[in-house]
Amino acid sequence: MKYLDEYRNQKIARGIVAELARRATQPWVLMEICGGQTHTLMRYGIDELLPAGIELVHGPGCPVCVTSLETIDKAIQIASHPEATLISYGDMLRVPGSRTDLFHVKAQGGDVRVVYSPTEALKFARANPNRKVVFFAVGFETTAPANAMAVWQAKREGLKNFSMLASHVLVPPAIRALLNSPRNRVQGFIGPGHVCTVMGYREYEDLICDFGVPIVVGGFEPLDLLEAILMLVTQLEEGRAEVENQYVRSVTRGGNPHAQKALAEVFEVCDRKWRGIGAIPESGLALRKEYAEFDADRIFGTEGVTAEEPAECISAEVLQGLKKPPDCSAFGTRCTPENPLGAPMVSSEGACAAYYQYRRYATASKGNH
Amino acid sequence: MPPEAKLDVALNCPIQIAAGESILLGHGSGGQMSGDLLRNILLPALQNPVLDRLDDQAIVDVGGARIAFTTDSFVVKPLFFPGGDIGTLAVNGTVNDLAMGGAVPLFLSLALILEEGLPLDTLRRVVESIRVAAALTGVAVVTGDTKVVEKGSGDGLFVNTSGIGLVSPGIRLSADQARPGDRVLLSGTIGDHGITILSQREGLEFESAVASDTAALHTLVAGMLRASSEIRCLRDPTRGGLSSSLNEIAARSRVGIELEESAIPIREEVQGACELLGLDPLYVANEGKLVAVVAPSAAEPILQAMRQHPVGANAQIIGTVTDFHPEMVTLRTSLGTSRIVRMLSGDQLPRIC
Repeated sequence: MKYLDEYRNQKIARGIVAELARRATQPWVLMEICGGQTHTLMRYGIDELLPAGIELVHGPGCPVCVTSLETIDKAIQIASHPEATLISYGDMLRVPGSRTDLFHVKAQGGDVRVVYSPTEALKFARANPNRKVVFFAVGFETTAPANAMAVWQAKREGLKNFSMLASHVLVPPAIRALLNSPRNRVQGFIGPGHVCTVMGYREYEDLICDFGVPIVVGGFEPLDLLEAILMLVTQLEEGRAEVENQYVRSVTRGGNPHAQKALAEVFEVCDRKWRGIGAIPESGLALRKEYAEFDADRIFGTEGVTAEEPAECISAEVLQGLKKPPDCSAFGTRCTPENPLGAPMVSSEGACAAYYQYRRYATASKGNH
Repeated sequence: MPPEAKLDVALNCPIQIAAGESILLGHGSGGQMSGDLLRNILLPALQNPVLDRLDDQAIVDVGGARIAFTTDSFVVKPLFFPGGDIGTLAVNGTVNDLAMGGAVPLFLSLALILEEGLPLDTLRRVVESIRVAAALTGVAVVTGDTKVVEKGSGDGLFVNTSGIGLVSPGIRLSADQARPGDRVLLSGTIGDHGITILSQREGLEFESAVASDTAALHTLVAGMLRASSEIRCLRDPTRGGLSSSLNEIAARSRVGIELEESAIPIREEVQGACELLGLDPLYVANEGKLVAVVAPSAAEPILQAMRQHPVGANAQIIGTVTDFHPEMVTLRTSLGTSRIVRMLSGDQLPRIC
């Protein structure tokens, strides 16, 4: 298929891998930030191709995975409300909250619907004025602009039955938190291509100043990732630390100013709790007070909801790249996509589910490890 | 193992559907959760040697004749979609379940569950589709039933069809017949039906030039059987897609299956929609395709026979049966690496970004 097959070409891939083997003189630990990138690495078995010593650890960039347990519990509480219709992206429905998930709430009669775009939620709210329509707005800087536009539009129309449970998260503060951790092993990052399509990569230059760790903004196809890995290893071998852009067909340094304007109009930066990682200062987006009337958290009185994460789940270490999913004693046994202990086993972009789904024959033939 | 340990294992056997739990949409996905429902609730209660084969149809001896018997319910939303409607699906689906056993389909039953308020015109259109599809496939609807439920208790129209067909002596197709070295053949592009339905769903509409592939496959099967008798098993990969059918065959035959990604035909529109929505076409439903496991020497003649038939024009050899990794399906990717193709737990969920 045009514009896809070119990025999945075996011959070019082998060429990049050979070049990588020539340039790498010592082991390097790299992290891909995005869940979408993790998914591609697993689906195409790219780690199988890499020269020994180039290790990839999987970052916290799966929006489903890092959405805090209490946010899931809030969504569940709202969806159980008889007057509420909770509208969500599909992969949030199976994420386990403290006691149940949205699929079970739906089975018990809760009105839970799946859309691809927040504008569909707006459409539903206009057509159903008697329902309190709540859009479950999770995700990184990638999904936030469209969600901002939905709220902006609702305010402009004076739509009274639409609100948003907003739990957006931001990438740069998460990288900062990882690099500040005394246990950090990561020596270079594949930056989040779609986040940078919106935000540009100026913010990542500050990270280089503070930590001196190279970042290459990467795409999501197999050759994108191999090329980004080659660019990172080249920087590391040459002793450089810069922001470089591999994903030039989508990303510019300044990003998309219209999307950034929409974000700034509707959202403000807030502290945010990440599932598996904990609270990170100034790492989230919340509705500005000018848009408080669209805040589902206030409307449904769920502000006080708190939750404790299951002790057995090691997603904290997985999302920080300290452990691989098969290192978990529950992996593939007590924790499966049918019965997930933690969010990384739920979404197809979660590191645990990606391993479980695609783990190569060599891993699988040895059982669950 | 000491007897106590065995007892312990038995007591701790995980029961997926515990008391107090309820049916989720995922139980209807054709994946792992559907299988759990069968294994944990239906099979223990109804067990018998014919049912236990878990093929798409039962084949029973009646007075010396080998009768194929099957049933299927249709709950598609929307009722009408590009390429067909619930009526064409209800005829073709059941005809195909018979055909996968190598049967010549003969008779259908038709049961309609109608929701109060359903426009009679809608019913007329569906019945006309059923008439046309039955005429095209050469089966007769010989018995039926109608029930009406209160508004809100149904989704407009549910259809059930059962079918009876006749299997010639000497034909024995079953999911437990695959042997190492056998070839895996696919009759055409995958994912057309599932992507068509998805593109029509409320809240998810997107423009697409794809139409459902709904088609009866019994004449294709007849042509394949004429080309060679060395067909081990046939499946029509409906809900759960190609991956679920192949995983079932691998499990029942205790063999591994290795697929070649580049050999699996997929329309550009379907591939594009899957990329956009974060879906894997291997798990997307088909309604007019079959996957065949055949003896190595029979692969070429059967492939040629398939390609001569209109619904098999894009047929391909997509993989090989192996003893290397029993009960596991793997796929050689376009990069030359290999990965596992698992049975999905429930439905595929569209991703956030």
